[in-house]
This record gives sequence, structure tokens and C-alpha cells, in this order.
Amino acid sequence: MAGAGAAVLGLLLLLGSPGGSTGPPRDSLREELLLSPLPSGDLAATFQFRARWDSELHREGVSHYRLFPKALGQLISKYLVRELHLSLTQGFWRTRTWGQPYLQAPAGAELWVWFQDSVTDVDKAWKELSNILSGIFCASLNFIDSTNTVTPTASFKPLGLANVTDHHLLRYAVLPREVVCTENLTPWKKLLPCGSKAGLAVLLKAERLFHSSYHSQAVHIRPICRDASCLSVSWELRQTLTVVFDTFSVGQGKRDWSLFKMFSRTVTEACPLASESKIYVDISSKTQENELLEVTPLPLSVHEAPVQGDRRTYAVYDLLSPSLFNVSRSLNVQLKWKRPQDSLDLSTPVLHAQRYVSGYGLQTGEISTLIYNTHPYRAFPVILLETVPWYLRLYVHTLVITTKGKENKPSYIHYQPAQDRRRPHLLEMLIQLPANSVTKITIQFERALLKWTEYTPDPNHGFYVSPSVLSALVPSVIAMKAEDAEQNPLFTSLFPSSDGSSYFVRLYTEPLLVNLPTPDFSMPYNVICLTCTVVAVCYGSFYNLLTRTFHVEEPSRGGLAKRLANIIRKVRGVPPL
Amino acid sequence: MAAPLVLGILVAVTVRAVLYRSSLAGFISERVEVASPLNAWKRVVEGLALLDLGVSPYSGDVFHETPLIIYLFHFLIEYSELVFMITDVLTAVALYLAVQDFNKVVFKKQKLLMELDQYASDVAELIRTPMEMHYIPLKVALFYLLNPYTVMSCVAKSTCAINNTVIAFFILTTIKGSTLLSAIFLALATYQSLYPLTLFAPALLYLLQRQFIPVKLKSKGFWLYTTQYAALYLCSLMVIVCLSFFLLNSWDFIPSVYGFILSVPDLTPNIGLFWYFFAEMFEHFSLFFVCVFQINVFFYTIPLAVKLKEHPIFFLFVQLAIISIFKSYPTVGDVALYMAFLPLWSHLYRFLRNIFILSCVLIACSLLFPVLWHLWIYAGSANSNFYYAITLTFNVGQILLISDYFYAFLRREYYLTHGLYLTRKDGTEAMLVLK
Repeated sequence: MAGAGAAVLGLLLLLGSPGGSTGPPRDSLREELLLSPLPSGDLAATFQFRARWDSELHREGVSHYRLFPKALGQLISKYLVRELHLSLTQGFWRTRTWGQPYLQAPAGAELWVWFQDSVTDVDKAWKELSNILSGIFCASLNFIDSTNTVTPTASFKPLGLANVTDHHLLRYAVLPREVVCTENLTPWKKLLPCGSKAGLAVLLKAERLFHSSYHSQAVHIRPICRDASCLSVSWELRQTLTVVFDTFSVGQGKRDWSLFKMFSRTVTEACPLASESKIYVDISSKTQENELLEVTPLPLSVHEAPVQGDRRTYAVYDLLSPSLFNVSRSLNVQLKWKRPQDSLDLSTPVLHAQRYVSGYGLQTGEISTLIYNTHPYRAFPVILLETVPWYLRLYVHTLVITTKGKENKPSYIHYQPAQDRRRPHLLEMLIQLPANSVTKITIQFERALLKWTEYTPDPNHGFYVSPSVLSALVPSVIAMKAEDAEQNPLFTSLFPSSDGSSYFVRLYTEPLLVNLPTPDFSMPYNVICLTCTVVAVCYGSFYNLLTRTFHVEEPSRGGLAKRLANIIRKVRGVPPL
Repeated sequence: MAAPLVLGILVAVTVRAVLYRSSLAGFISERVEVASPLNAWKRVVEGLALLDLGVSPYSGDVFHETPLIIYLFHFLIEYSELVFMITDVLTAVALYLAVQDFNKVVFKKQKLLMELDQYASDVAELIRTPMEMHYIPLKVALFYLLNPYTVMSCVAKSTCAINNTVIAFFILTTIKGSTLLSAIFLALATYQSLYPLTLFAPALLYLLQRQFIPVKLKSKGFWLYTTQYAALYLCSLMVIVCLSFFLLNSWDFIPSVYGFILSVPDLTPNIGLFWYFFAEMFEHFSLFFVCVFQINVFFYTIPLAVKLKEHPIFFLFVQLAIISIFKSYPTVGDVALYMAFLPLWSHLYRFLRNIFILSCVLIACSLLFPVLWHLWIYAGSANSNFYYAITLTFNVGQILLISDYFYAFLRREYYLTHGLYLTRKDGTEAMLVLK
């Protein structure tokens, strides 16, 4: 690897590189794994692989890719992408039993992209981009079209560097029906520099990862500052994978976890290409006296960080430090609970939400969203983004927002009504949530009858409504110092905070399943015939009345039947007809 | 005569007011037979709410009313119940006055034809007397006001009532003989829902008859008057459309209203024939059949005009019925309008062949509509075919009713000119057939 790099460097110097650059751009890889036991006894494992590449992809014609995957690099330069976020999720994060999520993603596939302002036709670029991503990740992202794409105005601000924020350059789509499986994991793993052969990625075995309650894999690409002066731009690719192992199905009822039990593998070495490779285990406990967890082998260092308004302690295993593999060649981190968990350890998250559909029958219905603010004394605003497909016709005059029994008017509403078969409904609202309250948002809809070809092959399963997105700056209970992005990339990306007093949270609600009235699929020919018959009845009657005139009927001489009847009557002695 | 009419109006208004305050009002406004995507009140409120939010009501696919309705209800939204009751009353009064005038015209024409010996000798029982025609205007007004279809349409606050008022005023001004006002109301009716365009022909024929201009293609007077009427009509239509442009400063309402009426994208079930047909249509043929079904509404006009050029008001009645049956989003309010004219042809009763069975069919279907809807949508035990079958039966019933009246009308005309008691060559009683 190093030899090849030197040869390229020599070649460039020989040819006289045009920009007078000092060599191929630097890139670095960091891999981190965060194991956090959840209040209900399950365990969440979050992997993050962060490749950072100091290169201006849009300006220079780049052809040499090392740690940054070529497929994604070419995508960014061809379609002038500024930010790309793709996630594929199976399952739903149960905020009430598991606590605040680290990186929540909606069920199914979610893709949102900010384009550069030099893009002329954003819709065309979006269509082509989603098709190419569909090929790269073996997911049916090609089903993303104008009927499920929206342009949010307030919810999805760029997470990387941005100087122009014209929201017409943003596109957002969710496919709630998308299923995630091994086919999607394999290309995702292939994008990693070490593949699944070394480092933390050896733990990513599909048969264990999909035997879980929640599986979410994501790819995030964004531009970041190269250094503190921010004169030039680097590209950051973060691949994250979050998986929650269930106590009962994986743990067989016992709450003792280990890497081997979860992944059926242990870590033997760090990825040689990584500059940093760490495992963090959350060992924080609410009360300081007795520790909750016992971790073996003993961690070499302990890291404290303010996370989501809470001070947490993490045991750190640095895979690159030589002392780690002294005792045994493989690292199998084991967690044991020292005392049973009690309700003190269960912390309700400050912001959580749920959504459901109510009503009966197939004509109308109502979507209700409940947003809970459990902070004892602070009120804060939340932006709610709802995307509803066009065949559920929303009536915005029935939108009602109540908090503690009183009406709560949103300070900002952006509503874009749907156009049949062209675009979905988009409703964005900024709602103020008072402290310690429940806010209920209800809106009524009407179900449309679709053409028989527009139904899925299993129409009585229902139609999915994408999860709604809640974005908020949640005030934290303790003061937090902003973490340095370079020192602790995991913590800044998992728990971003803009200033010390609040942290950014993006939540997704459940997707909804709504039934639509269906026509009879076996009847197209019959319906056409019957309706045309009715039209023909009218045509026939009117044709007769318009073209014929009345005549006095002349008696006919009688056909054969009449003559025969008369003969029989003569025989019987009865008068003839 | 005014007193019974006022009494009838009071009864009608009371019935509507009682229903508004009862729990049935919500149930009736949800009924798809009464409220279609074109004229549901829920959508009017939604359009006005969108306007308040700063979004054009025509940017989505929920609001398909003309800007006139926005103008009207922007200020009158709180008095909506009163507005709909007043429109019903206005329609009834307009129909009353129109039929009163029409009866005078009919009587004069009959007298003229009798003096000219156009009638056969033994048709005394077919001649209409002022006595029998005395109560017809009242019957027409009451038929409209107390028709359950009209009451339901009013309680549901469907803007079909406003369309009916405009058409009633158009009929009134046509029968009174005012060319300008007739053209203006016809333009308004066409602007509201495209199909009254076909009423141009009967109105023109009536006005020509009233001015004693013979309908001959070579006659200069005929073409002069036709162009005059057509020009007045088109100019008023242009003025109304341009006024609508200035409401929201965009032409968005044209595809939203007229494009919607013609291309039928919304397949919400109603009492018409379009919805299930296009729900089960192969995509390839969709455009073809949309064109066929829309042409179907318009193409009866010329043949009917040729056949019924001496009887333009009957032509108007048949045309109204054809519009109500074959329009893209019919409701029972449209049916109520042409049914209000049935007392005008009560003298045809002896020639109607199937009136008993047809009225049974229509009543039974009207009662079965909500039942089968409930079974499909709420109980889940029936499917869409049940509701579709009742739709078909209802439409067949209406079609046969109109053709029955047409048959009776033509038969009476034949008897008037050829004599009532017809005998064959050998002296036995003759049978009349259509050949």
C-alpha cells in the first residue's frame, strides 16, 4: 500500500502536477464501537466507521481513491452532491423502554440529499442519484419518485459546511415498506476500507445482526472544515450501524452480554488502515456508590462525556494500544450486571413521540401524533415534518393542536397540499412544547379509491404512511462542553450539541398502516361490459325515439304459427285467432 | 297563488332548519351520493383554509370549485346555512315564475294550433285547459323544495344547490324572453359546471320561437339571431372567466376545475357511471374512454334539437336529464332539478308505460345506496360490486324514465295530429308502433 502510494507520488512529481499540490490528499479512517446497555436489559451496539478525506472532490478531477470508496466519490462529483444521508432500518426504536436513541432512523429506507447550488435540474439529479444508490446498496431506492419525495423547508438543515441554504436544493424521501436484509449489508460492508476482514468490521456477521430487535445501517457524507481556520473543505464519510440485541431471543433471558454472545466473533486486531480503533462501553450509573456493571477485561482507560443532557462514563478499549492483546490474542468484552436494575436507572427521555391512526371504516380517518416533553421546567420548540401520501387526502382545516386541554397555535406552518399521483402532502410546523406536557396533534383525512393497477399485489395489507420527523434542540439538564470533533468523532456525531446548554435530537415516529377501499380486481371486463350496456340502453332508447315515427300497425296475415294454430282451432271447433 | 307557495316555502325552510340542528346533518354531509369531489362543502372550507394559510387553493387536488364560490363564501362563511336555504327558495321561486309564464305560452300556442285546424277532430280529451294547468307552477315549486334529494343536498351544503339556482334563473330568463339575461345566466351556469353548455340549443330554439323567427338554415333572420345570442353568451363567459383570473392572479383554476371535470382523475364513488369504470380500466384505454364518455353527454344535443325543435322546453328537460345522468360527478341534487319538471308533463301520464316499476326502482335504489355503502366501507361484508350494481340500476331507472316520458310526449303529439281513436282499414282498433 505504501509502496504504491510512493510510486504515485513520484509519478505526479515527474509529470508536474497541475495544481502544484504536495501529493495525493490525506485521508484517515477511524472506527469506533459503542456498547450501551439499555434500561430494559437489552444491549445496543453502535458501530461508526469514519473516513475523512482532504480533497476537493468538486474542483479537481480526482481519480485516485484510497480509503474513501470510489463508488461514492464518483457519485458526489458527478451529481454535485453537497450532503448525502441514506439509512436502511429494520424495526423501530422503542424510546419508552430503551431511552433516547443515539442515531434514530425511520423504519424502511430514508434518503435525503443537499445538492450544490450549481445544479440546474435538481429533480433529474435526484432521480438518477436514487437509481444509482439503489444499485450500489441493492435496495429498491428506485421506487423513490415524485410521489414520495418532498422538499422540507425547515427540518433538514445541512449537517456539514454550508453557505447557501436554499431549500429547493434539498430532497427528502422515505420508503417505509423497504425491508433490510443481508443483501443490503454486504455492499455496505464492501465500502469499508478493511472490508469485513480486519478491525471492528469482523463483528458484522449477518446471521447475528439480523437476529435482533432493531437494525439500522446508514451512510452519511458531508463536507467539513479541514482545520480550525476552515479555509478548505474535507469530505467525511460516516458509516454507522446500530443494532439492538434482545434479552430474550439472543440473551436467552440472562442479562450478561459479551461480544461473542452478540456477534459470535471476537476482535483480534484493529484495521491496519485505521488511525484509531476503539471500543466504548457505557458503564455509567445513576447513583455513584455502587456500580451497575462489571466489565471484563478491565478497561485501560475511562472516558467521561456529557451525553444528551446526562453525564456518562465509558470504559475505553483502544485496539491500537499494544497492551490490549497482551493477555489473550482476542478481545471479548464481557458485561455482567452486579445488581438487578431498578426503576431508578430508567430515565425517561426528555422528548418522545408516538403516532397512530384512528377512525373506523374505509372512508375517513384521523392521524394523531402525541409529543411528550418530560423536562420539568424548560419549554422548547419542536419542528414536526409530516409526509402523507396523496391518496390519503388531508384536510388542513381539521388540524387541531392541543396542549393540556388548550389550543396551541404553531408559530410556523408550511403546508403543501398533494397533487393526485404527482406529489404527497407536506406539513411542517414549529410547535412550542410547554414544560412537562403532552401535545396532541390531530388531522383528518379521506381515503381515495385508486385505479386497480395502482394497488400493490397485497392490497389488503394496507398502505404505509412514512414516519413523521421531529427535530428539536432539547435543553440539557446539565451543562455540557462542546466536544472536539477531531478528538472524539463518535461523541460529536452521535451526540451533537451546538452549545453547552442544548443538544440536537431528531426523532421519528412509527410508520402507519392504513387500509384503502379496494375495487374488485377480478372484474375489469365485467365492469366495462356492464357500464357500456347501460350507456347503450340510453343510446338505443333515444335512437329509437329519434329516428322512428309512429305508424298504425297493419294487421299481418299471420305467420306460420298462427295458421297452424287456426287449423287446430278449426278442428277443435273454436273460433280462429 | 302566492299564498300556497309561501306556505310551501315555509314548510321547506322549517324542514331544512330542523335537519341542520339534528345529528343527521353530519351523517348527510358525509354521504357520497350527496357530496361529490366537485361540490362537497368540506372542500369549500378546505379551500378557504388554504387561502388563509397563504397557499393557493388550486395548488393541491382537493378544491375544485370556481373562484366565484371563493368570492361568495369568503364573506358569507358564517351564514352558510342561510345561504343554502335562500338558494333553494330562489330556485323554487324562479321555477314557479318560469312555469307560470310557460303555461301561458303553451296555452296560446294550443289555441293558435286549434284555430289553424292542425289538430284532429276527436282529441278533445287531450287538449289542456287552464283549470288543470292552474296548479302546475305550485306543484313544480313544491316538487323541487320538498324533494328528499333537494333537502339532503341543502343539509349537506353541497354547492350543487347554487348550480341549480343559476340554471333555474337561466330557465326563467329564457322563458321570459330576455336574450341578454339568458346569455348571462347560461354563461354563469357553464362557468360553474361545464355541462350546461348543451342547454344553449334549447334556449336558442325557444327564443327563436318566441320571436317568431322560423328555424330554417337558409333564413337570414335565424343566423342573425343565433350569432347575436352566441356572441352575448361567449362575451359574458369571457368576462366571468377574466374576473376569476383577477381573484388569485393566476389561471390555475382552469385545469383545476375544467380539467378535473373533463379528465376525471378522482375516483371517489358516486351515483354515476364513471368511477368504477375508470377504476377498472386498463391504463392504455383510459384516455379513449374518457373522451367517449364525455362526448356521450354532448352528442345527444343535435339529434334532439332536430326532433324537438317545435318543443324546446321539453328538449331542455331531456337535456337536463341527460346532463344529470351522464356527467362526470353526478349527485342527487342534479337529479332533483330535472325531477322538479315532472309535474309540467303530468298530462302525459296516460301514455307512460312503465312509470310504476320505474318509480319503484328509483325509490328502492335510493334506499339501498346508503345500506350497501355501509356494508362495503364500514361492515366490510360486501365489496364495491354491490354499490356499483345499485349505481347501474339507478342510472338505468333514470334513463328509462326519461325515455318513457319522451315516448309519451311523441305519442301524444301523434295523437293530436292524427286523432285519438285510430282505426285500421277494417274498422278495428289500431295499435301504434314505432317503426
